[in-house]
Amino acid sequence: MSKSDWAYLSNDLIYASMAVCALAFLVFAYELAWSIRVGEEKTTINRREKVLRVAQALTILYFLILFIGVLARGLSAGRAPWGNMYEFSITGALAFTFAYLVASLKFEVQWLGILITFSSLLTLGTAITLLYVPSAPLVPALKSPWLVIHVAAAIISGGVFLLSNCIAGAYLVLEQIEKKRDGQRPLWAQRLPKLETLDQLSYRLVALVFPLWTFAIIAGAIWAEAAWGRYWGWDPKETWAFITWVGYAAYLHARVTAGWKGRRAAWLCLIAGSTFLFNYIYVNIWGTGKHTYSGL
Amino acid sequence: MSISFDTQPPQLSGIGFLRWIWRQLTSMRTALVLLLLLAVASIPGSVFPQRSQNPLKVNEYYGTNPALAQWLDRFSLFNVYSSPWFSAIYILLFISLIGCVVPRTWEHFKSARALPPLTPKNLERLEEFQEFSSNQSPEEILQVAEGALRARRYRIRNLSDSLGAEKGFIRETGNLLFHLSLILLLLGVAFGSLGGMRADVIVSEGETFTNVATSYDSLNTGGLFAIDDIPPFTITVKKFTAKYDLVTNAPQDYQLQALVVDEPGKPAREVTVKVNKPLTFGDTRVYLQANGYSPIVTVRNQAGSVVLRGPIPFLPQDGNLTSTGAIKVPDMEPQLGFVAKFLPTAERTAARGGFSTYPEALKPLLDLAAWSGDLGLDSGIPQSVYRIDTEKLRQIGLASLAPGQTWDIPGGVGSITFDGFTPWVNLQVVRDPGKGFSLVGAIAILLGLLVSLFGRRHRIWVRVSQKDGGTIVHIAGLTRSPGLDEEIKSLASVLQMSTKVEGER
Ligand code: HEM
Repeated sequence: MSKSDWAYLSNDLIYASMAVCALAFLVFAYELAWSIRVGEEKTTINRREKVLRVAQALTILYFLILFIGVLARGLSAGRAPWGNMYEFSITGALAFTFAYLVASLKFEVQWLGILITFSSLLTLGTAITLLYVPSAPLVPALKSPWLVIHVAAAIISGGVFLLSNCIAGAYLVLEQIEKKRDGQRPLWAQRLPKLETLDQLSYRLVALVFPLWTFAIIAGAIWAEAAWGRYWGWDPKETWAFITWVGYAAYLHARVTAGWKGRRAAWLCLIAGSTFLFNYIYVNIWGTGKHTYSGL
Repeated sequence: MSISFDTQPPQLSGIGFLRWIWRQLTSMRTALVLLLLLAVASIPGSVFPQRSQNPLKVNEYYGTNPALAQWLDRFSLFNVYSSPWFSAIYILLFISLIGCVVPRTWEHFKSARALPPLTPKNLERLEEFQEFSSNQSPEEILQVAEGALRARRYRIRNLSDSLGAEKGFIRETGNLLFHLSLILLLLGVAFGSLGGMRADVIVSEGETFTNVATSYDSLNTGGLFAIDDIPPFTITVKKFTAKYDLVTNAPQDYQLQALVVDEPGKPAREVTVKVNKPLTFGDTRVYLQANGYSPIVTVRNQAGSVVLRGPIPFLPQDGNLTSTGAIKVPDMEPQLGFVAKFLPTAERTAARGGFSTYPEALKPLLDLAAWSGDLGLDSGIPQSVYRIDTEKLRQIGLASLAPGQTWDIPGGVGSITFDGFTPWVNLQVVRDPGKGFSLVGAIAILLGLLVSLFGRRHRIWVRVSQKDGGTIVHIAGLTRSPGLDEEIKSLASVLQMSTKVEGER
């Protein structure tokens, strides 16, 4: 297969993965709507369980198709598929979904599927319409083994940060609902994890990837020393990566040393997460500086 | 780490007050607030253009918004990262960290040899309390417990009817390592900017650059940098090749072939410099930062004798290397100047005038506007070599030349020949003596972080008492990290198991 064949194949696969992802989203939504209507009657639990399993299976299928799509993109360019914002976004969606699938092996997080598929659709949709650039070789500054190391670390941390933000968001919503009903949950929400579990889970995810994020920044700095002649220059991307780092460091400190929990901690988590998104969206598209590899 | 914070300053004068200030400054909470403040203070630098990164953008800002720009400048908002307020925050952070971490490291060091704490009276009030009876003797139970806990790397304190065990010393070690390395990193940054330098020089193909202060086009040095620290190498630019993508015009490869002499008298060696492969001379490195074209021209006077000849570097204005420059001919009467534009692949429209559509020289053209009068070179005010101040000059003609063409300047002033062009490269010479410290600091930060996030700190106590010929065992613990429940459960089952085996015999 020629390079452009791989590129076309990759585009087709991305579209296909979006279709499957949309399907998974619909099934998740159907299951949620159903449980809101009929509540927690015994007879429906089993059937709903089955629907949920179908949705999960579709999510796995979507993940596999996307995986091959990203791989094909890499083959079409003869390098790691991380050279511009389009590629970064599709790999990001992949990492995000992967984090969710792995987490759902260990924790009861299937209910998050609806959020995961929705955000993935949003990311992929934006990527292929607004951010798309043809597959091309790298500019000289990106020709370095650090591309794989630095960007992989950044993508994985980003995916997990966002997952943890989804959970913190869910925490805030559920807490609000419980407060309105004197600590009771509506029937549909009863199978969702307890508030404390959500709280713990979003904390554990952050604690898990914070070192990886630190590593992504250090790797970026080592690379910058070779490519740009200085390891730190307060470029907008560097500045915001630092801000995200401080944000999550404050979050971890607040939890461990000051004993923050629950709502306050969830808000802090969301604030730190939004600095990451800001860096990704704003600085890539409108920002200036050396770190403009979005290709737009 | 104490995060408590006396909000009331004591009514003390002099020393007492100073001590109070020092305590506030070195509390963990102050350090955290300062770190957050540093993050917030760095935001304006990503919003407003910065002189250190993009001086042209700052000028642009002044052009469109002069009044506001002046105010922004008053608060150093175009130099955020070297501004007094930004420096104040990080110097305070630095002091706060030192004051907080160094005494704690000492404490920690002393407590390394301390025994685990005495067994509390009421174990049932602690976490994960368990109680069961055993048919083994108290001594045997304690012995088994000690063995099991030691195998899990607990430190043990033996008491008459109980034992205390502690693990997780490493967690605090990691925490301290993290904070100490933060200090090291800050030191590295400070050392690098004080003892370092950064210089730029444009070298055309075929030219030789000697690394002395006078050859630089621009030079920035730190306060402690000594000019003698510049290593005496020379670089001869033999050939520069740039490859571009025919569809997107994006650069694909830059490659510089050069001859390097490390020190006068040493043999020359051939090197290839690329974007991610700088040249290294100790802690000085030379980077390939930018490239452009130098048109080669010959200017003759009325009599036909040559008054100027050579390559003149032009500055690229866009990705397709549309380049502008100035050709100054002071040795004529009146003086002559050309405001010039070099177009590697020329195109012309009414709206944009001349511009280049591809960065390689496929259809090179030199656009010239000739000016006559006083170039202002003798006024003593330093001038840009890329620009001509046309205030005291009179325009006498326009022309557009292909390589090899000669233009007889109107008015019989003389002529100019566009002989050809040669690429130039911008070499950046950077010395950063602090970067080794920063790197070690950064790696140790990561290590410390890993240990302090994933190390587990537990305390466990086992107490035995005799009752009706059997032994009652109490186990409980205290923790700051997850996993204590499993530790205690498995310890309990080990103790119960040994009981059973005994019973079956
Ligand atoms: C201290 C230095 C650096 C820091 C703090 C840093 C930070 C980041 C961050 C936070 C991301 C995540 C994605 C995003 O938010 O957009 C990222 C992605 C990326 N980085 Fe860096 N980086 C540094 C140096 C470098 C260098 C030197 C290069 C290449 C010469 C580079 C190339 C990339 C690329 C290609 C991506 C993925 C595409 C993109 O989103 O633009 N980075 N970096």
